[in-house]
Amino acid sequence: MIVARRFLVPLFGFLGLVTVLALGFRLQDPHLLPSQMLNRPLPAFNLPRLGNPSKTWSEKDLYGKVSLLNVWATWCPSCVHEHPQLMRISREQDISIFGINYNDDTVKALAWLQRYGDPFQLNIADHDGQLAIDLGVYGAPETFLLDAKGIIRYRHVGVVDEQVWADIFTPMIAELNRQDGGS
Amino acid sequence: MIIELGHFALILALAMSCCLAVLPAIGVHMEKAVLMRTGGSLAAGMFVFTLISFICLALAFIGDDFSVAYVARNSNSLLPVYYKLSAVWGAHEGSFLLWCLVMSSWTLAVALFSQQLTDDMRARVLAVLGSVSIGFYLFLIFTSNPFDRTLPFFPSEGTDLNPLLQDFGLIVHPPLLYIGYVGLSVPFAFAIASLSSGKLDAAWARWSRPWTNAAWAFLTMGITLGSWWAYYELGWGGWWFWDAVENASFMPWLIATALIHSLAATEKRGVFRSWTVLLAISAFSFSLLGAFLVRSGVLTSVHAFAVDPERGVFILWYLVIVIGGSLLLYGIRAGKMGVSVGFGWLSRESFILANNLILTVSAITVLLGTIYPLIYEWFSSGQKISVGPPYFNMVFVPLMLPLIVLMALSSGSRWRRTTTEVLLAKQPLRLLLSGVVCLIFCLLTSTWNLWFLAVSFISIWLIVNLLADVRFRLGKRGFAGLLKQTPSYYGMWLGHIGIALSALGIVTTVIMSEEIDLLMSPGDKTQIAGYDLTFEGVERVMGPNYSADRGIFEISRQDRVIEMLYPEKRLYSPSQNVMTEADISVSFWRDVYVALGEPIGNQAWSVRVHVKPLVRWIWLGGILVAIGGFTTILDKRYRRLKIARQQQFRSDTPVQASLA
Repeated sequence: MIVARRFLVPLFGFLGLVTVLALGFRLQDPHLLPSQMLNRPLPAFNLPRLGNPSKTWSEKDLYGKVSLLNVWATWCPSCVHEHPQLMRISREQDISIFGINYNDDTVKALAWLQRYGDPFQLNIADHDGQLAIDLGVYGAPETFLLDAKGIIRYRHVGVVDEQVWADIFTPMIAELNRQDGGS
Repeated sequence: MIIELGHFALILALAMSCCLAVLPAIGVHMEKAVLMRTGGSLAAGMFVFTLISFICLALAFIGDDFSVAYVARNSNSLLPVYYKLSAVWGAHEGSFLLWCLVMSSWTLAVALFSQQLTDDMRARVLAVLGSVSIGFYLFLIFTSNPFDRTLPFFPSEGTDLNPLLQDFGLIVHPPLLYIGYVGLSVPFAFAIASLSSGKLDAAWARWSRPWTNAAWAFLTMGITLGSWWAYYELGWGGWWFWDAVENASFMPWLIATALIHSLAATEKRGVFRSWTVLLAISAFSFSLLGAFLVRSGVLTSVHAFAVDPERGVFILWYLVIVIGGSLLLYGIRAGKMGVSVGFGWLSRESFILANNLILTVSAITVLLGTIYPLIYEWFSSGQKISVGPPYFNMVFVPLMLPLIVLMALSSGSRWRRTTTEVLLAKQPLRLLLSGVVCLIFCLLTSTWNLWFLAVSFISIWLIVNLLADVRFRLGKRGFAGLLKQTPSYYGMWLGHIGIALSALGIVTTVIMSEEIDLLMSPGDKTQIAGYDLTFEGVERVMGPNYSADRGIFEISRQDRVIEMLYPEKRLYSPSQNVMTEADISVSFWRDVYVALGEPIGNQAWSVRVHVKPLVRWIWLGGILVAIGGFTTILDKRYRRLKIARQQQFRSDTPVQASLA
């Protein structure tokens, strides 16, 4: 049987695409933090505070208490969805939320916080994505759970909603606080 | 009990789809007309059982049966009944049941309205649709069953539907979108049936056209409504985000747009046969790929459904089998379609070819942008990157401009051959006219942005050409000539006008919108784009399942009150979610959009106001395009020619001969 090779091009294109999807899918099961980051300290950084470039923050500023580290951006529609939950956490829970403003524009970011409210204890301006790359951030929003020593205990990709908060974060935080109090 | 009945009906529907995939195909193979004709009743059975299943789930929602896990997660006894109904498709499992219902409806429609096809062809088409359905039902039953119970310990109250989805937009947007997505399975089935039978004549193109146009028109409606919903519901005035899920609906739309044009050329002139078949396969493949992207969690997105790797693996295998199998069949058979018909370098065919090239490149561009983060991660051993609107705007907009130019020029083109003189004879006058209109537009708004100038000029030029074409076709008959034109012509005309209006709307909104964020206390006034806005205060209101702070704003222009606006900040009590509900003063020429931010204390609120000129045109254009798509289906030509074909086919089919 003679098969004109050019008619098989779409098939090969498709197989290439499937390979990418399959690899991508295997590589980043969105539930899992790449194992090399889990239970390791935060990568070192020295980045300006959002809206105040004269003052910089380093990883040590986040130590001392169990806290959340939230990666957000104004170009990220999901962040708008997530925001009310962050606001609620900051209102009702005794836990600090640190923000990483990721690949963003300072003016827009500040306007965004004014518009939707500011749940963050402090905001790190990661405008060339350096810290986000070190953290292995895939997109926004992502939320990291840090223990008192600044060690990454959990990573959540996507929106932290009521359910995620209740089912995943609340028990883990309770456990971390218990360990912390015990030690 | 009702739940078990629904579950059982779903399994029966799966059984029906298996029979539908096998029995008619065996009939074709053994040339047994009795088996071939089982397709119709099996399709009906599949539809009825899926419908029963769907109704059962809807009843569980209406009856607040929180022993069903899916109902408990997505409903609440306080939810108004219409939202309880739309909550049926508010999350992954139920929306996929809707997907299956839509699939079985299309299958039934094909079975009912294909009496003119030969038994052989009809059996093949239905068997392909049946095979495609099997995968959908298996996926639903094994990885996403909406009928799973939470027994024995079930919650006494549900967690409520996501407040974002408690909205009219959600009631209509997913069904329309799914009708479009799944409808593309019909031209796909025709393409596969023709490839497998080896009969790739103009008949299959003529056959596929009304179905493709219908599916495409639904898809257009779905995307338009989705954009409108995002605009008023997400509370920040954007109408397109290049989000992975939007891209997932946009890629099949681009390919289907190429397909409807290329089908026209194949039907009328017999050109591009193998290409058209490939497009028909690709259009449906892109909608399946979209389903994978949305439901597997491989990309994060606003609309992303609950992430579950098991589902992703299932869909990926399904893609490999269905798309891979189809493309393999294509690779083997397409070479035999031969028969190339020539056409001049300047002809309607060449315009359609250029249109197809641009649309395909656009779709691939969007695809690359969507999956680029995955590829990048792979090649850079784990580093991550995200692709945002800047990429898409940069590559996509320059691709769309030549497309509008093609549209404008093509209205004067003829099949086979057009001379440059004919094509360009009247253009200087039309270009001048459009230039003048465009200049007046710019002078009136005193906007001198280059993008704005370019896009509005080309769009106006397209409109001028379309109007001139109507005038030319009417000739001396005047309005009596209106009736002489076919629905196909009007469909084309409306579709192209719609695109021009959308383009005008988009460029005007993007370039000329004004936006302010400010702090307002009761009694404060502000000015934006010639409007005065007065904040009169905030009142407390109660909804069925939420309480809200409702702002009262007065918009006026030159001391004349135009409208009162009441944006709200809602707290949904069951889920404790806070939602911003913007209020919009709508008009043909501009929208004034007011949203409440946060209370700052002392009765002051942060307030955001947009004035968006021509924003309505974006969706108005989309609706016109969809209406254009539906109009073409009315063309009598399809029905008349089908009957003529039928006689021709019946006489020379071996099956019929053997029966006689």
